Amino acid sequence: MKVSQIVEPLKAEIVVGEKIEEQDIEGGYCGDLLSDCIANAKEGSVWVTIQSHPNTVAVAVLVGMPCIVVTNYQEVGEETVQRAQKEGITILRTSLTSYQAVSILSSLGIPGTKRRG
Amino acid sequence: MNEDKVLMEIERKIMGGDFQSAGDVSSELKKVLQQVGFPPSFNRRVVIAAYEAEMNVVIHAYRGVFTTKIYEDRVHIEVNDQGPGIPDLELAFQEGYSTAPPHIREMGFGAGYGLSNMRRCSDKLEIDTRVGEGTKVIMDFFLNSDK
Ligand SMILES: Nc1ncnc2c1ncn2[C@@H]1O[C@H](COP(=O)(O)OP(=O)(O)OP(=O)(O)O)[C@@H](O)[C@H]1O
Ligand SMILES: [Mg+2]
Repeated sequence: MKVSQIVEPLKAEIVVGEKIEEQDIEGGYCGDLLSDCIANAKEGSVWVTIQSHPNTVAVAVLVGMPCIVVTNYQEVGEETVQRAQKEGITILRTSLTSYQAVSILSSLGIPGTKRRG
Repeated sequence: MNEDKVLMEIERKIMGGDFQSAGDVSSELKKVLQQVGFPPSFNRRVVIAAYEAEMNVVIHAYRGVFTTKIYEDRVHIEVNDQGPGIPDLELAFQEGYSTAPPHIREMGFGAGYGLSNMRRCSDKLEIDTRVGEGTKVIMDFFLNSDK
């Protein structure tokens, strides 16, 4: 599934997303603790979180996650936007809660994934 | 230690409290490891541990130097900081233990998983810390380990 296909179902605003037509999503991860996400999220996942700090972009890059879905309509600051643009990470923003967002992604057939080992 | 050849050496400064560029050193390391052509699963565990060590300097220390040596079959990382040091290492390694203040936790840090992530991802981990002076983290990653 492409990142572009989850925008509408999530009723999301595209904060950064020049590559949504090309970016593939193979699974999903949900969490707000960066140490948890970096250790457990799998490459190619969409990441659902309430965090919108610039360092979430660093975590997405390190794990290899193409897209961050920021829930609860959290503010996404300019620093985060610039960093995401530079790294080619998509940021979607929705007023849904993380649970609601995950439910929708799951109904679209995106499985929850976890890094092995 | 056998005298094998260093393919590449990277040395970078890390500033405490600089959340703007936090993670940059680990991102650069990831790209270099990919270029060298190590398997993705190996790169991933090196990068997780590198990120946690880098972030601990940003969050807990004043400044530090991050050095990586890449060999044909292993990666060696040293992160040397000037900072408060760690008074009780055993306690610090406990998952969930963190001294990160509330404004840092709000950003998603301070889960208290960093040190155990480092231990889990590295093949060798050594920490030399002096209260009031600083902390040195030394990690080794072997390509042919069963991790
Ligand atoms: N370089 C360091 N200098 C001083 N204290 C440190 C350093 N690294 C770790 N500590 C201490 O050890 C504790 C545990 O570190 P650990 O990395 O496991 O968790 P954390 O950094 O608090 O949270 P997380 O890594 O999950 O974001 C820290 O809260 C801090 O008190
Ligand atoms: Mg830490």
